[in-house]
Amino acid sequence: MITYKQLFLKTFKISAVTFGGGYTIVPVMRDVFVNKNALILDEEMLNLIAIAQSAPGPIAVNTSILIGYKLKGLRGAVVSTFATVLPPLLIISVISFFYIQFQSNQVIQAALLGMRGSISAIMGYAVFSMGKNTLRNQPWFSAPLMIMIFLLGYFTPVPTIFLIIGSGLTGLIYFGFSKERLP
Amino acid sequence: MIYLELLWTFIQIGAFSFGGGYAVLPMIEKYVVQQQQWITLSELADITSISQMTPGPIAINAATFVGIKVAGIWGGLIATIGCVLPSFILLIILAYYFFKNSNLSFIQNILKGLRPAIVSLIALAAISLTMIALWTNPQGDLLSVKNLNTSGIVSATISLLLLIKFKMDTIGVIAIGAIIGIIIHII
Repeated sequence: MITYKQLFLKTFKISAVTFGGGYTIVPVMRDVFVNKNALILDEEMLNLIAIAQSAPGPIAVNTSILIGYKLKGLRGAVVSTFATVLPPLLIISVISFFYIQFQSNQVIQAALLGMRGSISAIMGYAVFSMGKNTLRNQPWFSAPLMIMIFLLGYFTPVPTIFLIIGSGLTGLIYFGFSKERLP
Repeated sequence: MIYLELLWTFIQIGAFSFGGGYAVLPMIEKYVVQQQQWITLSELADITSISQMTPGPIAINAATFVGIKVAGIWGGLIATIGCVLPSFILLIILAYYFFKNSNLSFIQNILKGLRPAIVSLIALAAISLTMIALWTNPQGDLLSVKNLNTSGIVSATISLLLLIKFKMDTIGVIAIGAIIGIIIHII
């Protein structure tokens, strides 16, 4: 078993040292809770990650909510969520108080301009690899939907939320009624 | 009441940013940059860069940053809570039922519809961020050579090369982007 304090410290540490966001934190959590401490079975962990992906929000926070819930119930979920959010909250708080000085400093400005270039490359590359992965399964469903959403988002003022709800419903109806339910 | 506005804005962002990571950027652009005008697109680009070099998801970092800018430290805390709240409630309900019976095929079907849409939404955010990275004034004459941003173009090209050819991780790529920016500034 694990105490609230241990749960807090483990999740805090994972969150504080895992840079980059996204899925990078999931293998680290698995390593700590499944391999090192044997608190959760590997199969259960895979289920937790699957559920984490079914909900909106950052995958790191979602996985940690579920780990907390699994280990210590509702209170555990609150503890692990708080511990996961705290390190970025503290760091960004410090950075934002120096942001004005950040902005007026010429060298930092130059660095940020260069970083913007890198970000656009990273995002472009992420779109490319995510698109490729998505189109691998059910391309005749995914490709038209992808083009449609892009065109609607680019040329019309339809709110993003409606695009998301619409595509979720499309998936629900299409795969709910299609006879061949692919895994 | 600014705290309630922050809370509600970030609850919406938290509730509809499926997919994690960059998926939150189009939502922040829509709600925080365009509707509320709490931060500019340049500031969003900066906070995205900073996010990559500090721990924590972009969504949390952006919520904290925007909240503090608008309403101080409490604003940061409230925006962050708002951002996490929808997924927290949803996941507790899902987990409660999942531990009872593991039949969640309808969620899988929704997800299959969401995935292609998320790619397109990220692509749209990528276009906005690329515009301000490569051009000094994205609203101005895009064909004018004077309007082109040298350090943005050089760092974007080198970053793309590092990502594709050398499979470099994103933190390293952004650090190199920063160095390129400083070198070009000195030249």
